[in-house]
Amino acid sequence: MAVIAEPIVKPASRFRFILDRRDMLGSIFVAPAILYVLLLVGVPLLMAVYYSVSAYTIYNPTWQFVGLSNFVDIVENPVFRETLYNTFIFTFGSQILGLILGKFGALVLLRPFPGRKFVRALVILPWAVPIALATVAWQWMFDSLYSVINWTLIALHVIDRSQAPNWLGNPDLAMLSVIVVNAWRFFPFAIVIFLAGITAVPQDVLDAATVDGAGFWRRNYQIIMPMILPIVAIGLVFGIVFTFTDLSIVFLMTNGGPVGATSVLGFQGFQTGIVSGDVSHGAAISLFMLPVLLIVVVAMLRFIRRREI
Amino acid sequence: MAAVSTRDIIKKFGEVPAVNGISLTVPHGEFMVLLGPSGCGKTTFLRIICGLERQTSGDLLIGGDIVNDIPPRARGVAMMFQSYGLYPHFTVRHNIAFPLKTQGIPRTEINKKVEWASQLLGIGHLLDRRPRQLSGGERQRVALARALVREPTALLLDEPLSNLDAKLRASARQEIKQFQQRVGVTTIYVTHDQVEAMGMGDRIAVIDGGRVRQVGKPTEIYDDPADRFVATFVGTPPMNIVAKNDGYFGFRPENFLPKDMINGEACTEFNFRVDRSEYLGSERIVYGVIEGFDPKQVITAKLPPAHVADEWIRPGEWHPFAVRNSALRQFDKDGKRASRH
Repeated sequence: MAVIAEPIVKPASRFRFILDRRDMLGSIFVAPAILYVLLLVGVPLLMAVYYSVSAYTIYNPTWQFVGLSNFVDIVENPVFRETLYNTFIFTFGSQILGLILGKFGALVLLRPFPGRKFVRALVILPWAVPIALATVAWQWMFDSLYSVINWTLIALHVIDRSQAPNWLGNPDLAMLSVIVVNAWRFFPFAIVIFLAGITAVPQDVLDAATVDGAGFWRRNYQIIMPMILPIVAIGLVFGIVFTFTDLSIVFLMTNGGPVGATSVLGFQGFQTGIVSGDVSHGAAISLFMLPVLLIVVVAMLRFIRRREI
Repeated sequence: MAAVSTRDIIKKFGEVPAVNGISLTVPHGEFMVLLGPSGCGKTTFLRIICGLERQTSGDLLIGGDIVNDIPPRARGVAMMFQSYGLYPHFTVRHNIAFPLKTQGIPRTEINKKVEWASQLLGIGHLLDRRPRQLSGGERQRVALARALVREPTALLLDEPLSNLDAKLRASARQEIKQFQQRVGVTTIYVTHDQVEAMGMGDRIAVIDGGRVRQVGKPTEIYDDPADRFVATFVGTPPMNIVAKNDGYFGFRPENFLPKDMINGEACTEFNFRVDRSEYLGSERIVYGVIEGFDPKQVITAKLPPAHVADEWIRPGEWHPFAVRNSALRQFDKDGKRASRH
């Protein structure tokens, strides 16, 4: 008769099956993300709130509490009011332009044509190219001497060499330039949003509209657009939030100039708080974005919920 | 003058013909069913009629006029889609009004017609709701109202009942048929369900491989199928088809009876070996083979259950069966209907 070895009984550890428990495993997986957000978003935000109600500068790092006087200072400053106005123009100008380009691009890319896949991949480029590289390229295109845009316009006899616009030197043209560059960066995203929306419209609905007598425009603006509006609005919320808080294009291309004509909140907050070292006023400027964005986002989300079908 | 008629319509996608020469005439007021398996080209044919697809060749006439190159909106046909295609962001009222709005009809006229169509279908109380707030049956009526509101020359229906559950389907079948008779609109109805086709159609066109195999009244399709495809596609269980030396012969399962049930009429006898039987309450389906023919060819018989007791049907036993000669159908080598003998 075979002798069966005594089974070795390990003392059951309390932690032996800890990774089999859903709640424990979940917490462990989520922890890095939560830590990341807390340390790199939460802490700086709280610090910014504190700086904004203190008299902290890098030359005089005091934690003295000054109440809302920093906010009063910046609101009374006409340069800040112009910056706020610029930020709205920059944000909504580039969003509207981006949406128009996106809708147009999506309609083009929905139609089959030779090389469509290639063009689809190519169209994503503005979004994928590093912002610094793209902006430098655009800077050259808008350059006062070497502008390829002016060169083309002159070659086509649209304008004369003496009338060649100084894109980044004229306040209005400079704003237009940064809007164009931002819209150019945003429109691939808009195309993706529109493509997703349009392809989600059931073919039966489109066919029904065709048989019901709707032509191209009616189908587009009475059927497709209202149906994809919630999706587009979500994309727009993202676009607004990212653009409203963005400073990279302005920083790289115009440095807020000429004479503050393209200065936006993010840029001014950076200039005041970091470059000039007036941390408390810089924080106040940056925090000003919060209520503005909150109102925009809540309004948009309510609109989406109401439109949901 | 026919409401809709086609002359040798061919539609190719690339090299593959989806519709391969359909000539069909639908007189005014007729309920025509296009019946065929999935992929037979029946939906493509319907889409050609309403103008969503352009045929590769052939002529399409609506109300006597050739409309090959006339856009859908000017053809005067309405279509109801499989999943209805209601506009989710419009109210029911707006949905029904949409085909009138596109024609630029004045508002008062539109309101009158919407009122008329919604009364007709009994959906007056739903006018301010949106499609997602409706049940399947209600959506179907809204789609029907939208199709009918502009009083089309022809109403095209593409598998309209396939989204309903089985119970609702039976009542919807009844409803659509009654409704069509009342309004008298020429209707072309596409389905793969032979029960719908037999129960609703004034005439049925059986389609397979992009061609019409047979057009006729339901009784003609059932009793006198034009070929083996029609014979086996229509009827549950399908017609028994048996190979013989110069072609095929066929008979319906309900005509294949124990010899003693046929009294005195001229009949053809077979020796039938029962292999398996299914009791279905109102009938009993018996499967087996007949002596002297292909032993792999399963023959079905549909018997009244009361007549045949359980112990009578023992697997493996041979029984004398017979088919009345009037119920025998002959097909030639190509499977086409041959003259009766």
